[in-house]
Amino acid sequence: MRDTPGRLLIVDDNKVNRLLMTRSVEQLGHTAAVAENGRIAMEMLAAEPFDILLLDIEMPEMDGFEVLEALKADPKLRDLPVIVTSSDEGLDNIVRCIELGAEDYFPKPVNKVLLNARVSASLERKRLYDEQKKLLDRFATVEVAEHLNRGGFAIGGQRLHATILFCDIRDFTAISETMAPEATIDLINTYYTLMFDAVSSQGGIVSLMVGDGLMALFGAPKPIENSAQSAVAAAQDMLTMTAALNDERAVVGEPALRIGFGIATGEVVAGYTGTDERATYTCVGKTVNLAARMEAHTKSVDRDILFDEETRLRLAEHTDCEALADMRFKGFSDAIRVFAL
Amino acid sequence: MTQSLIDTAVYAELTDAMGAAFAAELVTTFLEDAPNMIAALKQGATDGDADAYRRAAHSLKSNAEVFGATALATHARDMELSGLPATAPPIPALEAVYADTAHALRALLDA
Repeated sequence: MRDTPGRLLIVDDNKVNRLLMTRSVEQLGHTAAVAENGRIAMEMLAAEPFDILLLDIEMPEMDGFEVLEALKADPKLRDLPVIVTSSDEGLDNIVRCIELGAEDYFPKPVNKVLLNARVSASLERKRLYDEQKKLLDRFATVEVAEHLNRGGFAIGGQRLHATILFCDIRDFTAISETMAPEATIDLINTYYTLMFDAVSSQGGIVSLMVGDGLMALFGAPKPIENSAQSAVAAAQDMLTMTAALNDERAVVGEPALRIGFGIATGEVVAGYTGTDERATYTCVGKTVNLAARMEAHTKSVDRDILFDEETRLRLAEHTDCEALADMRFKGFSDAIRVFAL
Repeated sequence: MTQSLIDTAVYAELTDAMGAAFAAELVTTFLEDAPNMIAALKQGATDGDADAYRRAAHSLKSNAEVFGATALATHARDMELSGLPATAPPIPALEAVYADTAHALRALLDA
């Protein structure tokens, strides 16, 4: 790992310095590209990946401080290690660079032994970080990954106003009994692909997947304008996509899928639940239970989408909803109003 | 002369670390580029552009330090730190030091 070469971007307005730094970096076994000022460097960083930035401070057009600030403000580049190399006079500038996130500050001419040590350490850290990020992106949604990157990981909760959506495939067990294992997994994955697409295009995130069941959050961790409207729109999108999928299934003689959706809006407790070793971002509370009960209830009343009064109140006025009989759900002391689209 | 033109220890270190051929290439690049930096310094003085003046002095200093060109580095550093004066920026003196330094560097190249 230590020996894997890195790709460095050298930013310096001076030709001799660029030559010297490039040579030094190449002698250390890495590859280098050069930029003549901060503006060009930012363009190159946007166009291709680099492992480390070797940054001069004094430059025309966009100086090193401005580059450090721009990197800090960019979630994609915020974690790029920056080593400042400068012949700037004064401790103030060094302090400012470190405060703006630079890994280290080397006076010019740069000592090669120090440079080697710092580049190796930065590369290792960058690779570790990249791996963590890859894992995070795979197992968490973009929003949760961003939330984690911003605030760090802490088991703990927060009260939020959000909309919860539950859905599952009706009689999936019966459908899958006649299917080959590969076909079952394939079908679930198709269903998840469609559902993830519907949820994320409406600003929600998928929080839990259990078998053919799925729980999505709207308004957590990031607030969205109308979480209820978004959740209902996601369910409608999903129904449209399921209809298209069923047309394809009909052609090959496979049974149609039917999906039930339960939606509820209200206060939830959101946060990372689990242990330090294994945790997931999710929501808990009465609203979550209610959404799950609504979803289960779709089977009894033979409806596709059911939701509570809090959700209905937030839907656009022209939305065509029908009030069904009030329900006494398990775990709820009062009768609950139930609405269908 | 109170200061040596080239600190031979620094120059030898550069040649050792980077290879003689590369050091020579670096010197050649500097000798080509330095007149541009001096021109930028003069332009900055003419335009009253203190930032450009300081930046050009800074670049000269930074490069002079690479080759151990002590006298030139000291001169450029003084100009960088004191900034553009209201009258008579010490450019002629710098040019004289540069001419001597360039001569000494060429001699090292030929050696």
